[in-house]
Amino acid sequence: MPPFARQVLVLLEKDLRLELRTKDALSAMLVFAFLVLVTFNFALDLRPELMSTVGPGVLWIAVVFGATLGLGRTFASEREQGTLEGLLIAPVDRSVLFIAKFLTNLVFMVVMELVSLPLFVLLFNVPVQPLPVMGILLLGAIGLSAVGVLFSAVAGNTRAREVMLPVLMFPVIVPILIGVVQAMGLAIGNDSARDMPWVSLLIAFDGIYLAAGAIVFEYVLEE
Amino acid sequence: MATIRQEMALPAAAAGRGSALTTILTAATVLLTVVSLGMIVFYAPMERVQGVVQRIYYFHVPMAWVAYLAFLVVLVASVMYLWKRDMKWDRVARASVEVGVVFTTMVLITGMLWGKPIWNTYWTWDARLTSTLVLWFIYVAYIMLRSYTPDVERGARLGAVLGIVGFIDVPIIHFSVTWWRTLHPAAVVAPTLERTTPNAPPQTVITLLVCLLTMTLVYATFMVYRTGLERLRDQNRELEQLAGR
Repeated sequence: MPPFARQVLVLLEKDLRLELRTKDALSAMLVFAFLVLVTFNFALDLRPELMSTVGPGVLWIAVVFGATLGLGRTFASEREQGTLEGLLIAPVDRSVLFIAKFLTNLVFMVVMELVSLPLFVLLFNVPVQPLPVMGILLLGAIGLSAVGVLFSAVAGNTRAREVMLPVLMFPVIVPILIGVVQAMGLAIGNDSARDMPWVSLLIAFDGIYLAAGAIVFEYVLEE
Repeated sequence: MATIRQEMALPAAAAGRGSALTTILTAATVLLTVVSLGMIVFYAPMERVQGVVQRIYYFHVPMAWVAYLAFLVVLVASVMYLWKRDMKWDRVARASVEVGVVFTTMVLITGMLWGKPIWNTYWTWDARLTSTLVLWFIYVAYIMLRSYTPDVERGARLGAVLGIVGFIDVPIIHFSVTWWRTLHPAAVVAPTLERTTPNAPPQTVITLLVCLLTMTLVYATFMVYRTGLERLRDQNRELEQLAGR
């Protein structure tokens, strides 16, 4: 196994084991995403006939809000435990750190999506083909995690940590929001969703931000 | 003490005063602004359908151009800062973000003033309006980021990262929003600027070109003064640290 992959796997295993023992991030993400779905039901009065148009947006916003909680914890927990310095002096490239944190958050997000999607189907009675929708949600999560981990590290270096992450992240992920909602609209048969290469857009976004994140990450975590 | 006195002597020059080039630039900008205003009011012909409202166009389009130019300058300055680690580049980025946000705000406001009589609404989720607004948010976040990061060197680094990562998003946002906008074609019935420009009378085109030049000079002048002010701030900070020691 190449050293890069081995280093990433070691860091990923560490984060996942930590999460399995504390369940700090995932439990908050799952409960919050569920809560957002229920809140939307009251806020938008989600009747079944509305769901083919509004549904994808509701589900994706629940995912993004849930994911924001996990992303906010990514470096906060390292900082609280004093392990961030340890990671920084470890003889690994910064891009290894970025990819490892990206994969950790991606795993959290996919688990959250695997729970939220059935809940969404169950609560709102939307007929959904699970495979294409899960594929779209995965593509969305990849971009979300790449941008989120980068900005989580940026926000963690400022005075107002919790405030900065969403303010930095939300405008940048607008293309994912549009792509996921439109692609999912097509997948569940929403007539007003436009047939555009949304999946290609998502793949392009994911690729660009994974590469950009891996390159610029060393400048974010310098000291 | 000698070094302190030397540093103290710098600010007057740093502010841009005394530099002949700055004086010429400022004078040219003021002169051209007057000329542009005169041309917009007296020289440019009255648009037959839109009437006098169309003259907003001579402010709106040049300001949109300057806004994009400003954010492009932020990108270049950010890359240069991370490469050279010279605070000079960070001052350019800092100044250009602020000027860019001001111009983007003005673009949105002048667009709304034009949209009310022509589209009968201040705002519509048209592709161009939407992507300009998203851009505005990204660079407002940049200003917030800098104000939340007291350490200058760290702020410069984080700012440079956002200056790069944010600008990469511009074409992606443009594509996504354009494709998304095709959902509701009925909402946008008014002609876009492109469609009116090619068959416009020469006076319109000449006025627009002069206004473009003027607005670019306004940007350059703002940048000279703004970077000069930032340089004074940086020097002031260094002096305070020196005095504190």
